[in-house]
Amino acid sequence: MAEVALPFSASETAGRREAQIAWLLASPAILLMLLFIVLPTIAVIVLGFTDFELGYGSFRFVGLENYAELISDRTFRRSLWNTTVYTAIVTPVSIVLGLGIALLIEAEPRGRDFFRTVYFLPVASLLVAMATVWQYLFHPSIGPLNTFLAVFGILGPNWLGASSTVVYGLSIIGIWQSVGFNMVLFLAGLTAIPRELYSAAEVDGVKSSIDRFRLVTWPMLGPTTLFVTTISVINSVKVFETVKTLTEGGPNKASEMLLFTIYQEGFVFLRVGYASAMTVVFLAILVVLMILQYRFLDRQVHYT
Amino acid sequence: MTQSLTPGRVFRLTLLSLGALMFLAPYIFMVSTAGKDQSEIFSASLSLIPQHFAYVANFTKALTRVSMQNLLLNGVIVCGLILVLQVVVAVPCAYAMAKLKFGAARFMMALVMLGLLVPIHATALPLYVAFDKLSLLNSYTALVAPFSISVFGIFLFLQFFRAMPDDLIHAARLDGMSEAGIVARVIVPNAWPAVTAFAIFSVVAHWNDLFWPLIVVTNQSYATPPLGLLFFRAAEAGDDYGALMAATLIITLPLVVAFLLAQKRFVEGITMTGLKG
Repeated sequence: MAEVALPFSASETAGRREAQIAWLLASPAILLMLLFIVLPTIAVIVLGFTDFELGYGSFRFVGLENYAELISDRTFRRSLWNTTVYTAIVTPVSIVLGLGIALLIEAEPRGRDFFRTVYFLPVASLLVAMATVWQYLFHPSIGPLNTFLAVFGILGPNWLGASSTVVYGLSIIGIWQSVGFNMVLFLAGLTAIPRELYSAAEVDGVKSSIDRFRLVTWPMLGPTTLFVTTISVINSVKVFETVKTLTEGGPNKASEMLLFTIYQEGFVFLRVGYASAMTVVFLAILVVLMILQYRFLDRQVHYT
Repeated sequence: MTQSLTPGRVFRLTLLSLGALMFLAPYIFMVSTAGKDQSEIFSASLSLIPQHFAYVANFTKALTRVSMQNLLLNGVIVCGLILVLQVVVAVPCAYAMAKLKFGAARFMMALVMLGLLVPIHATALPLYVAFDKLSLLNSYTALVAPFSISVFGIFLFLQFFRAMPDDLIHAARLDGMSEAGIVARVIVPNAWPAVTAFAIFSVVAHWNDLFWPLIVVTNQSYATPPLGLLFFRAAEAGDDYGALMAATLIITLPLVVAFLLAQKRFVEGITMTGLKG
């Protein structure tokens, strides 16, 4: 921790006074962390072992019953699967597009600020509002997207209304919303690469831009890419706004996603115990993702 | 520009422009559709300029069905309260962790790490039960309290304070300043870039948040912008796209304008904080 070299720091009373002040300064934060993070986290784990329902006076401990029910719960399984598919689409596409756009912007002196602003705009926009706009764009009969496709004689699908396409529709919105964020992080990563590396590579005979990317840019972007990947996965797993606003998990549970299912079970059906067990699964997923990130960080991508 | 237009540059600019057009399309259609009347919207034409300008009618509908002023005001109150509390709580704590000898520093770091891992979605159920028991649902307290602590803020300020020279603080101490005085008059002014970055991150996150307001607020008079829009959609039965687009325009505008005015700071803020939501 930080070294403090007060002129009178040798004196023990001064040290004790400093610790007292530190406690005083930190105590509101500690108190609030215990109240709003630690306690509720413990509570959610405990509630996961009960049949607590809001509105009923008493509850009892049911052991692993909730978890047993989860395993055979078709809605929950559907929800996990949909979230996985959504994440598997949104994460790679938004990373590749984010990196691609960042590289293009970095290489092109003209219009840098303009393009950065445009691609970043969705990040700063109210997602619930923009989701409503997307709903209009996706409208099967009057939506501009299908009207546009019809010009080429293509019959567009009922994007958000058909169970076969709804996850893809939501994924498109998810990608649109997150590319700018990834782009900005990649732009920061690109600026941090020392120019000398490129000149050194050129001296070593690396001529084509593809080789330059493969041998210098990509490896040097390692830490950024890992960071972007982790955040993208976590944000995709947390998809909620678009589901709640546009599909309510439908049609026919085709767009049930993890957080929406938890919301529905806990705050609409008020089955708090059961929803807590789902939340524990959600937390476990986050923990695994974090562990994976640290593992990777330790092994692969340390250059400095 | 001194550079000439090589084929490579033309290709790059074309790609970037096409992509930009696709990313802007939702905004373009939002503005265009907000000015169309019902019959024109249902004629499904791709024309962007409305035939009969229905902006006034649509905006009147949007402004009268749900009180937009009230929503925006709630958004400002909630985000403002959250931000002030977060900074007031996190800055002294981060200062203590970074610059003072402190037995609990390790324990604190563990708490912060735990906090970074656990999102509001995970703590929402017990918090909801507690707020319900305390009859605090449908109040600013319920909307603000869980976010009064931002571990992310502590984390960010901690990084920033560690990089701050100790001499600054020593000098202040030798001048006889109290620790509280040091925080208020030396640390906070010097931490301004970190505070701005954090402010942008915090406001964007909470202005956009739907999950928690949806849970604790059922009464329209406490609705935040995203929740209000949800109520508006329900009241409009979903198909009056003209009015709906007018409403989305009104609700999206404040943050987008703020972003356009201070975009450099926004991008810096988001890059520096590197996290959202």
